[in-house]
Amino acid sequence: MSERIFVTGVGIISAIGFDCAETSVALQGSKGGIGRITMLNTFYKDEIPVAEVKAGVPELSAMAKVAENGLFSRTSLLGIIAARQAVMQAQINDISSAKTGLISATTVGGMDRSERFYKYYMKNNMRGRLRDIITHDCGDSTESIADALDIKDHVSTISTACSSSANAILVGSRMIKNGILDRVLVGGTDALTLFTLNGFNSLMILDKNGCRPFDEERNGLTLGEGSGFLMIESESTVKKDHKTVLCEITGYGNACDAFHQTASSPEGNGAYLSMKKALDTSGLEPRMIDYINAHGTGTKNNDLSEGKAIERLFGSSIPPCSSTKPFTGHTLGAAGSIEAVLCVLALRNQWIYPNLSFKQQMADLSFSPVTAFQYNIPVRNVMSNSFGFGGNNTSLIFSRN
Amino acid sequence: MEAYIQGIGVISPQKTFTGNGFLQDAMEYNDVNYIKCLEPVYGDFIDPMVARRMSRIVKMGVCAALKCLRDAGIENPDAIITGTGLGCIEDTEKFLGSLYASEEQLLNPTPFIQSTHNTIAAAIALKLKCNSYNNTYVHRGFSFESALLDSMMLLQEGSASNILTGGMDELTPNSFAITNRLGFWKEKTVNNLRLLDYKNKGSLAGEGVAFFALSHSKNDKSLARISAVSTLYKPQSADEVTARLSGFIQKSAGVAGDIDLVMLGMNGDPVQDKIYHHIMSNFFSPVQCTFYKHLCGEYDTAASFALYLATMIIKEQRVPAILKCNDRPVRKIKNVLIYNHFRNINHAMFLITSC
Repeated sequence: MSERIFVTGVGIISAIGFDCAETSVALQGSKGGIGRITMLNTFYKDEIPVAEVKAGVPELSAMAKVAENGLFSRTSLLGIIAARQAVMQAQINDISSAKTGLISATTVGGMDRSERFYKYYMKNNMRGRLRDIITHDCGDSTESIADALDIKDHVSTISTACSSSANAILVGSRMIKNGILDRVLVGGTDALTLFTLNGFNSLMILDKNGCRPFDEERNGLTLGEGSGFLMIESESTVKKDHKTVLCEITGYGNACDAFHQTASSPEGNGAYLSMKKALDTSGLEPRMIDYINAHGTGTKNNDLSEGKAIERLFGSSIPPCSSTKPFTGHTLGAAGSIEAVLCVLALRNQWIYPNLSFKQQMADLSFSPVTAFQYNIPVRNVMSNSFGFGGNNTSLIFSRN
Repeated sequence: MEAYIQGIGVISPQKTFTGNGFLQDAMEYNDVNYIKCLEPVYGDFIDPMVARRMSRIVKMGVCAALKCLRDAGIENPDAIITGTGLGCIEDTEKFLGSLYASEEQLLNPTPFIQSTHNTIAAAIALKLKCNSYNNTYVHRGFSFESALLDSMMLLQEGSASNILTGGMDELTPNSFAITNRLGFWKEKTVNNLRLLDYKNKGSLAGEGVAFFALSHSKNDKSLARISAVSTLYKPQSADEVTARLSGFIQKSAGVAGDIDLVMLGMNGDPVQDKIYHHIMSNFFSPVQCTFYKHLCGEYDTAASFALYLATMIIKEQRVPAILKCNDRPVRKIKNVLIYNHFRNINHAMFLITSC
């Protein structure tokens, strides 16, 4: 039970870059990824902004190094791309040299292809190409990633709405702690689909001007797509292989708000509990957190609830805090792991990210988020929050080793 | 890692929720290519106003969960963990359908909200006002298995004493029509109780919900113990299965001779059933072997139904004849091995022990 958990590789693809290098450039230039829809064929093309990965299936297939055979969902391709980067950075040449698992997360799975199927199937249930529906379930994208990387020892998928991939990181960490696996590729992937765009639109929580987390005038979230993966390894595996360590996972907490299926409790009870649990597992004091990468979706409800929970936990000394969703959009099942990768970069480079498009402090909160990119700040411990529908809240803490 | 089963709530095509006794009279379905759950009276468990807004699988899930907790005498668990292959597929279909029908306009958000895979675990937490650990696994034939594994880890970590863990999948007209086109099911209708007699390809579609109250310690309510769970992804050969199973038995029970009862996930598809016959003849020819998918049908989380059966068999020390696929002398049932695979991709083994 005493194994420490180290991050040895990360991978990321989102609207602000196809890899870590491009992502870092965008972050340093405060260049957000939200814009007009050009990839998704929707009625709302000119009306609702999103954070798209500007690459089609042929380009993504090439990046993922898989055949463009019409058998991969967009979600799978995004996942394979980020997962490969993480494995490469971790310098794992032989995946079977240690007991390795994959825990991926997704909310829509292969919905991009299911939509194509359904369009025809709806009119006549003998229509619709079957190859478009076999990628529907969430497990499909995970198995595509596992097969591309030859991971066999443990394969699983988590779906807890917007906290899905934070939970993948949490469970992967615990599997190492429990001595079940030596290393786990953990993360999540979600493609933009008509299903999610219309879903959130029907809830009337998409900001037509792009999300403005923690702003008094905020008016909803902005959807994004992408994938983030982290290779995490046990201390003994890292030592045995003389690995370069990027950072350590020191804390994790999962709690349920149990308030409402889609709304968070006004006082942020679940958010408070997940952050508190993460601090407790890490053994850190609240004052030792140097940066909070907030869930900060930009909806009226989330930011108030999360803000109140942060105030309650951190009292009068709230650490620098920002939401990076104006950069990447809200990538749903991938959000927790994309933001985890950003946290790793923050620790490695001693960065703190700006909360883009913030103007006016919320009247109900005592604090404002960070608004300018900050270099050379001592960043030792970072907290990352991910909260989802159903009140599924998860917080993670990453620390410099 | 281990877990004691303290309570059960099962909704299935059998009288598992309200019936008297354990499989006293098995439900026989004639001329079918799918079997569906016998649904309980929801009003006994859920406020009708609340139930009205819930989809079928959410209602079944919440009901089975509440019955399970009542059975175990637990008011509020320290964790709620679910596993589901396809989640709330009915609402997913509903929202997809209306999306195209209305050309993306004026959509009702309710099916979207309820389509999320974690809806059932969340609805239970909401009903119980349970703020503790909550997680949902969604991986084909590893969904329930992952949920169990997580539960056993939590118990070992000491961060939970009582956990509510469940597996669930629903069958809808569309999910049946689509999987039927994919060739999952038998072309001609069957009698479920004679599922293994048909030699043509395909299986019998099914569905079900099974919840278990798991505890880290044994008490007078303990029905059985889950001693080990292990998964095997895409085995390349029968030898790989044999090797893994052999290692699993060695680690958890000792030798194959220590297994008193075997439960195999045979689903009537001759190709998919091959591996079960291989396991039977290689390890367990002197052992009583049973099967169960003629009673629940085939679905992603069908192993949860097997776990229910194993628990009841251990509790009652009785193997209903309807389950037997060979006939061996009766002996005291201490160790039950469950071997299940989903489409030859996701293989799983469980050891259930009397306590």
